[in-house]
Amino acid sequence: MTAHPATLDIERTIGLDPEALRRDFPVLHQEVHGKPLVYLDNAATTQKPRSVIDALVRYYEHDNANVHRGIHELSQRATNDYEDARTVVQAFLGAAESEEIIYTRGTTESINLVTASWGRANVGAGDEVLISAMEHHSNIVPWQILCEEKGAQLKIVPINDDGEFLLDEYERLLSDRTRIVAVNHVSNALGSVNPVREIVKLAHERGALVLIDGAQAVAHMKVDVRSLDCDFYAFSSHKIFGPTGIGILYGKRAILEAMPPCESGGDMIKHVTFEKTIYNDLPYKFEAGTPNIADAIALGAALRYVNNVGLEAIGAYEEDLLAYATERLAAFEGVRLIGTAKHKASVQSFNLDSIHPHDLGTVLDREGIAVRAGHHCAQPVMDRFGVTATVRASFAFYNTRAEVDRLVETLHKAREIFA
Amino acid sequence: MSDLQDLYQELIIDHSKRPRNFGSMNDANRTADGFNPLCGDKLKLFLKIEDGVIRDVKFIGAGCAISTASASVMTDMLKGQTIEQAASLFETFHYMITGPKDPQHVGSGLGKLAVFAGVSEFPARVKCATLAWHTMRNAISGKTEAASTEQVK
Ligand SMILES: Cc1ncc(COP(=O)(O)O)c(C=O)c1O
Repeated sequence: MTAHPATLDIERTIGLDPEALRRDFPVLHQEVHGKPLVYLDNAATTQKPRSVIDALVRYYEHDNANVHRGIHELSQRATNDYEDARTVVQAFLGAAESEEIIYTRGTTESINLVTASWGRANVGAGDEVLISAMEHHSNIVPWQILCEEKGAQLKIVPINDDGEFLLDEYERLLSDRTRIVAVNHVSNALGSVNPVREIVKLAHERGALVLIDGAQAVAHMKVDVRSLDCDFYAFSSHKIFGPTGIGILYGKRAILEAMPPCESGGDMIKHVTFEKTIYNDLPYKFEAGTPNIADAIALGAALRYVNNVGLEAIGAYEEDLLAYATERLAAFEGVRLIGTAKHKASVQSFNLDSIHPHDLGTVLDREGIAVRAGHHCAQPVMDRFGVTATVRASFAFYNTRAEVDRLVETLHKAREIFA
Repeated sequence: MSDLQDLYQELIIDHSKRPRNFGSMNDANRTADGFNPLCGDKLKLFLKIEDGVIRDVKFIGAGCAISTASASVMTDMLKGQTIEQAASLFETFHYMITGPKDPQHVGSGLGKLAVFAGVSEFPARVKCATLAWHTMRNAISGKTEAASTEQVK
């Protein structure tokens, strides 16, 4: 394998040492099918640093108790840590108040909360909902169901051949009937970074709200919801080095307060008689039942870890790595890149000759290289590019140029088999 | 550890590139669709069955090398078989790929189908190999809904 002096330069200028950081991730240090693991499926889920694993173990070994209802010490500790994590999320997103941070199961549940609560109350017959042509199924189907139920219309903002959001088409589609715009910040299938600031500004000019699906963004760039001025922002813990089963919905306080609760039961109420129930304040109004305490605490640990590495350093390092991967793949005979937007983050989808992505995925797997092969829960994107599936390499700061080299070298092997 | 060569045997590569019996059939009296929602692979199978015997069989669809080769080899083997023989081939094939390992019997009595024995070492690809077969079983039993690799067995 060739040495790449450029890697060292990058480290010197931005102070991110991937080899040192890799030591924090136990799972990375193993062989798969006899080869060192190369984990390039970070858009599906990221690996967990030791500090996140420790936070889970520590909670269950020392502090486990139910929250918000105990007078005893353990419940106090569990509640403190659980709420502490919420303020970590608040600061991480730049939200004004921790009451604007609602724990959910993940991006999917966050979006469903908005369609079921805000959507049912605010979208009516003849209204319009705007999404883009590059959404994940979880930012398509809940809106489809809402629109069908309400007799509203779902409109799709088109993308170009590079996978870029078309702002002028978007402007044309916005109307006084548009109630909400729901777009991903970064596309999971294409890697495109969308112009969310402009999207929000234009929507607000027409009186529409904006939900941003940040599932693929938060691990790669600094997000500030107040500066973006978005109304909702959703993300999943497991895509930012935290555990599965927990995620976040950020919403502006005034909007959240006006929304009816979604699920009902314990914790989300203030006072119950058989005649009437007074709902609890934010954020508990949307957190019915015993929550996912341990994973919320571990999400806090994950965000602290990311803060320590620094999103600026992460962004710069990944930009260099993605540029390198894209360049090497583009130079490989028979590779078709899918997703070539000017502004991208951490994802490169591609196909090789007419080899089916599943076959290529199997060849890569036998070399210890984990990629995603499929439609990436974005079938409309696949249709747009005339493919049924792609191979997707997606990166995190613990990936290296040497790993990209192994990916590219293995493509030769695939070509030999399917020649 | 099993090798890629065990999976992508020459015969499989050959059938995936030049699938036999590829095309639609106007006078089919049984058809069925197969679908793998995980990868989007689709398959349509046409059968002409007379007096309980499969006279002709064809397929169309797009899929990976394993699923295309499996459909191609299957259609080759089914011609001239009775419905009972086809059903028993299904069982044998299914057992070879998903059943417990039995080195004595791997491939015996399977003819060309034996080249798929290596698939059992690649759990992520089992559904690719069995899609055509599930579709065939639906077609001969007259089931109308698409065979899906994600049905709970
Ligand atoms: C852009 C985008 N939105 C939403 C989701 C759904 O996230 P989750 O499955 O964690 O709810 C994903 C996950 O793949 C995604 O990439």
